[in-house]
Formats: sequence, structure tokens, C-alpha cells
Amino acid sequence: MATIAFLLNGAPHQCEVSPNTSILTLLREHLALTGTKEGCASGDCGACTVAIGEQNADTHTFTSANACITPAHQLQGRHLVTIEGLAKEGRLHPAQEAMIECHGSQCGFCTPGIVMSLFTLHNDLTQRPAPLTPERLEAALGGNLCRCTGYRPIRDAALRMNDMPYERPQWQDAALSTSENDAEITDPTAKTPFFAQPLSLAALTRLRQEAPQARLVAGGTDLWLESTQRLASLDQLIDVSRVAELLTVEATTFEGQPGWWIGAGVTYTQLEPLFEEHFPAFAHLLHRLGSQQIRNRGTLGGNIANASPIGDTPPVLLALGARVELASVKGSRCLALENFFLDYKQTAMAADEVVSRIFIPQAIERSQLRVWKLSKRREDDISAVLGAFSYRIEQGVLHDVRIAFGGMAATPKRAQAAEATLEGSAITADAFRAAQRSLDEDFQPMSDVRGSQHYRQQAAKNLFERLYLSLSAPDREVMLHAYAH
Amino acid sequence: MRTLTKLDGDSSRARRDLHDHIQGSGPLARHTVDSTGRRQAGSSSFHESAKKHVTGKAAYIDDLVLPADVLHVALGLSPIAHGTLTQLDLSRVKEAPGVVDVITFHEVPGHTDIGPVFPGDPIFVDQEISYAGQCLFAVAATSLQAARRAVKLAAVSIDEQPASLDPVAATEREEFVRPTHVQTRGNWQQALDQAEQIIEGELFVGGQEHFYLEGQACVVHPTEDEGVIVHTSNQHPSETQKLVAEVLDIPFHAVTVEVRRMGGGFGGKETQASPWACIAAFIARRTGKTVRLRLPRSEDMRATGKRHPFHNRYRLAIDSKGVLQGGEITVIGDCGYSPDLSDAIVDRAMFHADNAYSLGEAQVTGHRAKTHTASNTAFRGFGGPQGMMIIEAAMDDIARKIGEDPLTIRKRNFYRDGREVTHYGQQVDQRQLLHTLVETLESDSEYWARRKAVSDFNATSPVIKKGLALTPVKFGISFTAQHLNQAGALLHVYTDGSVMINHGGTEMGQGLHTKICQVVARELGLDLDKVRITATRTDKVPNTSPTAASSGADLNGMAARDAAGKLRERLFDFAAEHFTEGLDREGMRLEDGMLVAGIGESERRVPWGELVQTAYINRVSLSEKGFYATPLIHYDRSIGQGRPFYYYAFGAAVAEVSVDTLSGEYLVDRVDILHDVGDSLNPAIDIGQVEGGFIQGMGWLTSEELKWNDKGALVSDGPATYKIPTYGDLPPTFNVALLEGHPNSMASLYRSKAVGEPPFMLGISVWSALRDALSSLTNYTDSPHLDTPATPERVMLAANAIREKAL
Repeated sequence: MATIAFLLNGAPHQCEVSPNTSILTLLREHLALTGTKEGCASGDCGACTVAIGEQNADTHTFTSANACITPAHQLQGRHLVTIEGLAKEGRLHPAQEAMIECHGSQCGFCTPGIVMSLFTLHNDLTQRPAPLTPERLEAALGGNLCRCTGYRPIRDAALRMNDMPYERPQWQDAALSTSENDAEITDPTAKTPFFAQPLSLAALTRLRQEAPQARLVAGGTDLWLESTQRLASLDQLIDVSRVAELLTVEATTFEGQPGWWIGAGVTYTQLEPLFEEHFPAFAHLLHRLGSQQIRNRGTLGGNIANASPIGDTPPVLLALGARVELASVKGSRCLALENFFLDYKQTAMAADEVVSRIFIPQAIERSQLRVWKLSKRREDDISAVLGAFSYRIEQGVLHDVRIAFGGMAATPKRAQAAEATLEGSAITADAFRAAQRSLDEDFQPMSDVRGSQHYRQQAAKNLFERLYLSLSAPDREVMLHAYAH
Repeated sequence: MRTLTKLDGDSSRARRDLHDHIQGSGPLARHTVDSTGRRQAGSSSFHESAKKHVTGKAAYIDDLVLPADVLHVALGLSPIAHGTLTQLDLSRVKEAPGVVDVITFHEVPGHTDIGPVFPGDPIFVDQEISYAGQCLFAVAATSLQAARRAVKLAAVSIDEQPASLDPVAATEREEFVRPTHVQTRGNWQQALDQAEQIIEGELFVGGQEHFYLEGQACVVHPTEDEGVIVHTSNQHPSETQKLVAEVLDIPFHAVTVEVRRMGGGFGGKETQASPWACIAAFIARRTGKTVRLRLPRSEDMRATGKRHPFHNRYRLAIDSKGVLQGGEITVIGDCGYSPDLSDAIVDRAMFHADNAYSLGEAQVTGHRAKTHTASNTAFRGFGGPQGMMIIEAAMDDIARKIGEDPLTIRKRNFYRDGREVTHYGQQVDQRQLLHTLVETLESDSEYWARRKAVSDFNATSPVIKKGLALTPVKFGISFTAQHLNQAGALLHVYTDGSVMINHGGTEMGQGLHTKICQVVARELGLDLDKVRITATRTDKVPNTSPTAASSGADLNGMAARDAAGKLRERLFDFAAEHFTEGLDREGMRLEDGMLVAGIGESERRVPWGELVQTAYINRVSLSEKGFYATPLIHYDRSIGQGRPFYYYAFGAAVAEVSVDTLSGEYLVDRVDILHDVGDSLNPAIDIGQVEGGFIQGMGWLTSEELKWNDKGALVSDGPATYKIPTYGDLPPTFNVALLEGHPNSMASLYRSKAVGEPPFMLGISVWSALRDALSSLTNYTDSPHLDTPATPERVMLAANAIREKAL
């Protein structure tokens, strides 16, 4: 047990919980606040959505999170807002008022989560006034499943709440005087539970060395399923989400290449502006990665370190020639990402190492990036197949071809035979047909719940046809832009 | 309104009442909106719990405050689909920290078979294991985590046997959970023999997980005598009461079942909520403690039944215009391991194998295949959608064969005068409404202009193909089990004038309680806020039917209306005698919170509060019960003919899609819906049902894919792998309207129509539009095979098959 101190709906709160406790468990079982619902306990339905505020000058910035897979200890020094907190003195928040007026609830079970997502959207809109585009709405609501309404009245509510008079109440920006938690563990080798929150890379690597058996947690969006689905006890945790060096994005040159060092603890949401500017295809993928709640928590470092064959970002990073930096008390080393993934969920990371940063080289002139994710559902789904294509066209010839796929092998993997086929060749149907054939050398995918082997192989080949068509007849629409660019 | 059961005399009054009862000369729902905008039946009142929903105050089962010593239950489920349980060693489970009790088949005192209609559902496995996810044992512990961890310590040995997972193969082997049923009208064989053309096809229609957001859950308190009080998320409290009593071997009156609300039901809590209540009740009796049982999502998905997958075939005779002359349709429902409700579900698939089209001289055969999966169960539409799919597939196929637009073929085959009797012998009333509705939608949605735009687009777009389809719905309303078409209500008026209504229906989000309050408010001339509804309880209204078959408002609303009407008449009788100034009994009415008698100068008004207070002082009962039984309906299963439905509800949808034929990805660009709810009881709630039903139906046919591994274990067992529609699947243009000016021709509740299930099948338009887009790859000469759900995988493979064929 350790004490955490945070703001709960505007009031300071302190409690003692075990490291393994999620925010949802804290709310429902320790605090008897049952307005936040459990729909799936896996971060996929959004019924448990809460808002987490971080002090930013005088105000709090609220982001949505799935309480079921967010460690309660990460609330330390933060402001937790739940459905119970929105209405004060009998006055409903516009998100609530609008949901009633638009008949936005039927069975009502998903409603608290939807109201909380609307609350963060409303907060965002009042702090960063910008048009409420369909894309922004989709981002705000894509992580909340509703089985009753079909979402139309919820869309109406999202639009209506912004026309309602609103004055930001003081409680939202209440101050919390609290220090960060200590990163010291009294006896890291013992079986005593701990939730360590180091603030520096030095502290992190020291902890990592002292307690290699402890699990690293950033957003927890995958790790926490071990607790909720497989009933593992996550008793010893090292939180990387407050390590200063892991939270930066630095434009620099590495090994002669301009690019960016991205801290492993940077969330997808924080990456969006950078990618929007420099890698729009990657940014588009981010919009389809998980949900807003997940993107607010999940990190690039976590997606890599997790080494899932169906993680969304690794194929793109492979195609971009990204490097990964591993840090330990002994120092750091850097390797090409393709050398990091060894086998199914096996990486080159040693027990005392952490993923500290990822280097993404800047796109060179005339190079292009295409990222195509195939999944059963457009939003908040895991890829069946994800293809990332990076290449440069000079006088009609393909150069620097780097192609990587997810969902096609035990690891995210480059399609080297296909790359070789296309490298230096003109954009012809024959060349791409040859590349399609060479995919059979690169991959022997398997059948699983997300797609059959035959589909995966054929879909991957069809993406080469898509690429050919988009290059040979660029004026013609050959894909649906809600899915792909 | 008098109920049919009271019409035992032969007086002319009774005859007239019966006539009114059937022909529908009663008032309309819309006539209840008064000038002051009071929210009574017919207006768009908010959901009675809306404010509680948005503030988190609406309590679901897991939110109930329980005693500190409550026990939490976790279940041991079979990992194997078929086999014999040879050893179940629970010694380590019993010793695990926090464990208080462990139960298996052998501890159960009463019935061990909890099959809802037919036997076949053991509460726990004795020896034979019939599906992966079947319950082997239960553990009660001081925390849910402790119980779940203890379950993992069980030593289970199973002699595994091959699992039967293919319903078609099971049908060939005649492995059925119930006997095959056949409906025949006319000489179908001769129709085929003499056909100008015969067209045939087959289709696999996938199942569907309910994915109610609130999973199966119950809390059971032991009572001071031998009984229990069961709080459950449940569509059928009376059946749970019965099963709990039988398992505990106690009388029904010792069991009280209460349902305040469900976080979604959709049919998944009609029979499938009972097993958990039985287990929890048994532990509550054994331990004397309150017991909570809530299934974690993946266990819920593995342990409970789903919408039946179907394999359907048709072989139909058509004339040169594509009009059906007759033929045969065979539907095979994959029932899983036990009957559950499958008999009625496959029946309903058969009743809807015609959808809106006259089959001519036809035979419809329905098989109930037994497989080693969870026992498939009720789900919005109850087999109707699966049955409809085959005739909608046939309509598209005929259109390609004849070379006409699918809409033209559909309209040509609609029920019409001269072709008005279904293959099960019921005349389709209001059939003209179907034509009117479709013609209105066709025009409002600009179907033909868009058809041309779609064709033009496709002619110049090699990869992206657009598709357009209009599909109708004709859905029969009534339980096909006749005895279920009854309902009760209990009305109390308190001395301050506030009113409490209870009835047998349950609230799962569909707005039933809101509508019932509106009915009572209307009948008593009160503001809606004077009328309150509380939890559905078996000790308030007994022997209830499930809230299912779209019948909740039809049946319970009529019962509530009956109770309110009887109480009103009693108050009128009292007022006419009591008030000294002499109130005219004839023409007495309740409106605006007043009793009003006489007109013009002789009008007298007594405020509602004063009226009930005076009645109480004068010892007039202010409580009343109501009852309703649907008239007319009957079905003779021995000959497969009858009138199983009191009436039909109609609707139609136009869907337009864009398909990437290289990747199989698609978008639903626009949907237009026109739906028939008779005279709407609450337009906002009804629109909500139409929209929600449509999206759910679309999900069933597109992204929601159930997958089992080759050993029969469900692998799509959570929202990460089972994808229901999300916000982005809402069509950007979504025009939904209720058909105006066509009250129910039958004397339903204020001439309204049921709305829960029918709109679900409007989602078929999306599947048909996807096929239309794929058909464009053949220049509309061929009708591509497209099983459901039409995932991007299936769409891509279908497109690839067409391309390869063309090479």
C-alpha cells in the first residue's frame, strides 16, 4: 500500500491503494462512486471513461481515459473528474443537459462514459476554440460504445452542448499542493509491492537494475489487461510516464540524418501535431489507433517495447528507418528497429534496459509514405494487416524502397523480397505484380480471429496494386479516404 | 377498455366491445397531446431515467449497496466443447484465500435442469460437456478477485470428444434439438415443375453477440424464511422466479424477483439471465449471505447464447417478369447444444422467409440443428432477420437474372390484392401501406436519380464502387407462443394524488416505463410527473411474460390502461353519487388534473387531489389491477397454418455505400428510413428504437463476426475482437422518419405499433447495397455471393473472386 494524493472532483483526496489497483476499482470499490461503469475491463468500450486533469499554469487540461486500465497510482498530483462531479448544486453540465434534450440515453449504461467524453470535448473546445469538425467529433466519441442509440442523438448532443451557456466553474481548476511521489524503493528485491514513479532517466535505470522483475508501465493500455483479464497481480511497477527525458520531442540530427528523438513516454495524442506536419500518413493512422482514451495514454515506446506483431506503429517506424535507444545504468545504445524485434513478443532489450527514445529520420525530398491499415472496423480496432510503404520517386523510378507489414508474421517485419523487387524499377504493372509474387517469400501469415491466412496474403498483395494504381494514375480515387491516404 | 377475458356474455354490448377491440376504432396516441404541452402518450417525453443516466445515479445491479459480508461468485467454465467430465478436483479451490463455498452439480437440492421451455440445460455439468464455456462449478468468496483466482486452481480432467460445429452436417445427420417444422401452401412442387425459370441460391447468415453494455448480473438476498429476493438484470423475472424456486425446491411465493432496469437486453437476458440467478440463489440459501454474481465480459460472451447463425437455401419458380410463382425455402438454425427458445426462433425465421413478398405456392422448412456451442437464444428479431435474409438475397438474384433493378423486382413481388395470404395462411392486412410506404421513401430518397448517379460513378471508377439498395420490412407482431400474449398491471393512487404504476414489463432502455407512465397519465388526465413507475417485481404483478417480441408496450400498456380505466370509472361512479351539487355521470372525464362533469354552464370541476382524498375518506378503493390478452391470434402447428400475428409492422430503408474493391473496406454514405409505428406513443423514443435497431442490424451484417476455433472455443470473446458499430459507423447522412397518418388497423394501444424489433431488419439494406456495389464489377449481370457478416475480408474476397473469374 502506498498513499496517493489527488483532486477528486475538485476536492483534495488521499487514499491508500495497492499498486495493482485501477482507477475503476478505486472508484467503485474503495470510494463507492459507482457512476463510472465497467463494460469490458479491457479499455475497449469506454463505459468507464473518466477525465484526468493536469495543471497547466492556472487551469487544468482534461483528457479522457479508460478508468479500467489506468493505474490509480498515476493519479498522484492529478485531478480526477468523474460523472458524479459534473453537476454542482443541481446544475447539470451542458454535456448532461444536451444528452437529456437529445434523447441521447436509452439503457443508460454507456451514458456516464459518453458524458465524460463529451465533457473533455467541451473542455477542449472552450480552451482551444476551433470548429467542431466531423473528425474531431469522431475522435472524441470513437472510444465509447453504445449498443442502443445508434449514436445519432449523441452526435446531436455533442453539437448542441456547445450552444448552451456555460461558465467554467472554479472547482475544475482547484489547486493541489502535492509533491511528486518518491522514486525510492526501500527494498526493491523483496516481494513488497511498490509503484515507483521516477522523475529522471537516471532514477529509472537505477530502479530497472535494482528491480528487473518489476514491470514497466507507461499508459498501461496493454499491460493492465494482464490484471483485468488474466488476473495477474501487478504488484511491482515502475512508472515511466513522469521521467523527464522520456517526455521530450527533440528535433536534431543523428548519424548525419536530420530527424526527431521522441521520448518513449510521449503519448500518441502528444505526437499528433508533429506527425500532422511531417508525416500526414502516420498522423492519419494515429486517428485510427485505439480510441481517444487510449491515445491519451498509450505511448510510442510502449507500442515498440510491447513487440506485438499487430502493433500499429512499428511497421511505419520500420518503413521510416527508425532507430530505438535502449538505456541502462551502464549508458545507452542505439539499434535499428528491425534489429529490436527478435521473435513473437521477444526483443533485444536486456533485463536492465528500458526503451528510452525513438529516432525518426526526417523524410527526404521527394520521398513518400503510405500507411494502410486493414481492420474489421474503421475505428478503434486492431489491424488484420497493416502495410507501410516508404519510397522515393526519381524520374519515374522507385528508390529507397522500404516496406513493412504488421499482422503478417510473428513480429512487425520488413518485406525485403518485395522491396528488392521494386527497388530501382519503374512504376509498371509488371514490377508491382512481381512484388506481389515476392510477398509469398516474405510472409506466411496465419489465420486468427482478425483474418484468415488467405485474406491476409491477398489483402497485402492488393495493397501493392493500390500503390501501383495510386502512383500510375494519381488523379483517380483508388481508396476511401476515411480509411486511407 | 374492457379486456377480452371478461367478454363471456353474449350481450350486444360485449359484441360491440369485441368488435372495437379487434377493428381498432379506439383513440389515437397523437390525440393525447394537449394544448398546454403536457407530456402524455403520443408526445416525445424524455426517458424516465434520463437525468439519472447522465448523472451516474441510475443504479444497475453492480451498483447496489450491499452488506459488508456479501459473497462474490466466480464460475468455472469448460475449456472444451464436447467431452465427458472425468474428474473435478476442487480441493485446492476450497482452500484458496477468501473462499467460502464451492458448489457443483451434486450439491443442487432441487431441479438440476433449468431449460426454460424444454429440458436440456443443466445448471452445472454432471458428466457430459456440451460446449466450451459451459458451467462446471461455482466459487463464492469474500471478493470477486479471490473467487476468480480460486477458480483457476481447479483440477479438471475431461475426456475430450470431437465437437460437432457444422449445423449443415448436423442436419444431414438429423441431429436436432427439436423436430423439423414445415409450412406449406399450395402445390409448391408443381410450381417448380411448371416454372418458366427456376432460380436458386444459398446463404450463410452469421450469428450475433448481444453485447449489452451491462453484462449478466444478479444479487440475491436470503429472506428470513426459506426464500430469496433476487435483483437481476433480466427480461423475464417470472421465469427466473420459477427456475430459482425449482432449483431450491421451494414454492414460487418464496422467491421475489426484482428488475429496476437493464443496461441493455436485446433478447440476451430473456432466458440467459436465469442460470446466474439460480446459482447465486443457491449459494445465498446455503451460506445465509447476500450473494453477488456478475460475469466478466469474456465469460459472459463464452457462457451465454447468441443470435442463431443460419444456413438458408432457396429454390424458387419465377415468371419472365421475375414474379415468384412458388418453390421451397429451407432454413437451418444453428441452435447450439440445447433447445432454449430455438423452436420459436426457427419458427419465426420461417414466418419471415417471405418478408414482404408473396411466395406463391411455397413450402418453407425449418431445421433446428444441434451443435456444440452455447445454446443460441433470443436476439432482437428472434430468427425473423435470419429468415428474411434468404428472400432478400433471392430478390437481388432475381433482379440480376431478369436484368431489372432490384427495387423493381421487390415491388413487383410485394403482397397485394390477390396475392395477400402468407405461406402460413395469414392474410396480410394493411398491405397497401407497404406500397405507400415504399413509394414515399423511393421518392423522398430520390432513389432513381441516385441509382443513375451510382451507375455513372461506377462506370468511371475502377476500384471504388458505389452500391444502392432499398429493402422493406414486414414483421409479425405477437408472441408465436399464444399464451405469452397476456399482461398485468397494478395501479395505486395515494391520498396526495400521486400515482404508482407497476406492470409485468421490464425496462432495458427501450423506454417502456416512459410509455406506460404516459398511458396512465393520459387515462387519468394527469401531468406525467404525477405518475411514477418503480422496479418490476414478481410480488406486484405475477406470472408475467418476458419483455420480448416487441410486445412490451402493446401488452403492458393495455394492461395499465385497463387498470387506469377501471379506477377512473370507479371514481366517476363515486363522484356522481357523492358530490351534492350533482355531477352528470354521462360525459364525466379526467383532464388537466381535474374531474370534469357536464359542459358549458353546467360544467363542474373537482381537482384530482380533492377527488382521491374524498374517495379515500368514503372508503373507495384507490388501487386497481389491469389485464390484457391479445385477441384473435392462433396457429396450428400440426398443419403449419394460422394467424400467429395480431398485425404486421412495416418499414423500409435505402442505403448507399462506397466499397473499395481492392481492400474490401467500405463506408455507408447515406441511409434513408421510413418506418411504420402506427400512431406513435412517443415519437422520440420510437425514432430512437428505429435508429438504434438499424445500426445494430447493420453491425450484425457487417463488422460483428463471431469466430470459434476448430475445437469449438469462441475466440471473439471481447470488444477487442468482436466489433459492434461505433460512432464512426453512423452514416453521415441519416434521414429517419416515422410514417404519418396510418394508425394501426387493429385495436392496439392507441392504434400504435410495436417498434422494438422491426427496425433491426432495416439494416439488411446495407448488405444488399454492398452486394449491389460488388455486382457492378459484373456490370450487374451477376449477383455475387456474400455471406454475412460482410466484413472487409468477405467483401474483398468476393471482389477478388469476380476479378479472377473475369481473367
